[in-house]
Amino acid sequence: MNGRFLTIAGRIWLGAILVFLYAPILIMALMSFNASPFYQLPFEFSTRWYQALGANAEIREAALRSVLIALVTTTIATVLGTAASIALFRYEFPGKQALRILLFPPIAIPWLITGTAMLIFFFGIGMGRGTPAVIIGHVALALPYVIVVVSARLATFDATLEDAARALGAGPWMVTRRVTLPWIAPGIIAGALFAFAVSFDQFVVSYFLSEPGDATLPVLIYTAIRKGFTPEINAVSTIIIVVSMLVMLIAARYSKFGGER
Amino acid sequence: MSAALAPRDRLRLLGLLTPAYLWLTVAIFLPLSAMLFFSLLSDVPFGDAPWHVTADNYLAFFQTTTYAKLLWKSIKLGLMVTLACVLVGYPCAYVLAKTIRGRAREALFLLVILPFWSNSLVRIFSWAIVLRGNGVLEVGLNAILPFEVDVNLMFSTPAIVIGLVHSYLPYVILTSYLALQAIDDSLIDAARSMGAGKLTILRRIVLPLSLPGLVAGAVLVFVPVVGSFMEPRILGGRVGTYYGTVIEDQFVAVFNWPLGAALSFILLAVVLLILAVTSPVLRRAQA
Repeated sequence: MNGRFLTIAGRIWLGAILVFLYAPILIMALMSFNASPFYQLPFEFSTRWYQALGANAEIREAALRSVLIALVTTTIATVLGTAASIALFRYEFPGKQALRILLFPPIAIPWLITGTAMLIFFFGIGMGRGTPAVIIGHVALALPYVIVVVSARLATFDATLEDAARALGAGPWMVTRRVTLPWIAPGIIAGALFAFAVSFDQFVVSYFLSEPGDATLPVLIYTAIRKGFTPEINAVSTIIIVVSMLVMLIAARYSKFGGER
Repeated sequence: MSAALAPRDRLRLLGLLTPAYLWLTVAIFLPLSAMLFFSLLSDVPFGDAPWHVTADNYLAFFQTTTYAKLLWKSIKLGLMVTLACVLVGYPCAYVLAKTIRGRAREALFLLVILPFWSNSLVRIFSWAIVLRGNGVLEVGLNAILPFEVDVNLMFSTPAIVIGLVHSYLPYVILTSYLALQAIDDSLIDAARSMGAGKLTILRRIVLPLSLPGLVAGAVLVFVPVVGSFMEPRILGGRVGTYYGTVIEDQFVAVFNWPLGAALSFILLAVVLLILAVTSPVLRRAQA
């Protein structure tokens, strides 16, 4: 076979996949600017759906709730995750490997299972559904991502720097604050952005844990879609996708998703 | 190397680790245990109704064929989606890792996996806009083609498969790309200089060396697809009854939590089985 032909075929393949990945998102975004409530073509530009969003208190509240939950989740998960990463990096102790393996269940078990299990447990201990339950769940899902990303950054850290600082008389807190943390800061930022994305985009666990009148944005959208959808949902969906893609683009500046750097 | 942690270091270690793992215990491991307990109950233990420990919920799975059939339907869906992701994603990862260089590769790689980090619900919804009758796909095709076509894929199995492939394709591309990138090009050059053809190189060098990454991607696709419920609901409509949607119903519609817990645990068993079977290959991916 001709090598040139294969190269071109490969490029076309890659291009086709990019079209497949982005076309529906772009079409959805485009339709949010279409005046017809029934997605009728030809296209007629209008911002009426975005105006409708502004007037929709339910969606506004859900959006605010989603952002708040994501911010709280990010803060807790980043602090706890960074602390755990430093411990796993700095100390040798029995059971370390087991602790690393324990990070996988939140990622590897389908969210349907963890979500329903949390629902049962939170009812069992009398806490029930609601925003605190959602936050507890989100932090657990985000923690492993933070630990993996921060640990990856720590792997590039020269531990002798800590020894040097200690030899010069720095205490453990000083070593952490002045030597370790500055070095792993890009990893922490990337981990925090991942945590934000995990929480902000989380649907399954929020769905089982949020109170009916107390829904997060994705849960509200899911309920709305099942009732029959309107371009208003396109508008809010477009905003969501722009926000989460921006967050990930910023994260990509700090972490290469496990790739080279 | 376990012995020599000074007491003070041990305290610091505990202080750093305990919060994170305590959180995981409360939010993941205790709930899973609670669910196991629930799956063995005759009724929810909250109200006044009497309840006792029973294996009935698991027996329900085996006595009627309904649940087993749905589980099989979900597994078939998982296999279909995984196969499609592998066939589409692996060549794409190869093109990215081995034929494109420099900044273009970085940018394209980012572009491919970026959608994966955006909201999956929203992306499924976007397919509903495209696939519905008189939707963008139909109108678009009819504008291009000289004859009328009728494409209403909405509420069908193909729609579910398309949506799920769209959701999980970046996983396979990501893991395969990382594995392919790690293959030393001089290995391929050496094989070529010794007269190996393109297919031989692919079969004897590239594929075996990148297999762990490919399998990892396949597992990451298969596991969530078997447990999916939102995608079949939105894109499948009436044909969208799967094992996952039945579990969802037990918790949000029928309120038979013990049965839902038992069905969830059977799903978990399937997931663990898949992970166990593939773990020898996956362990190579970590090394």
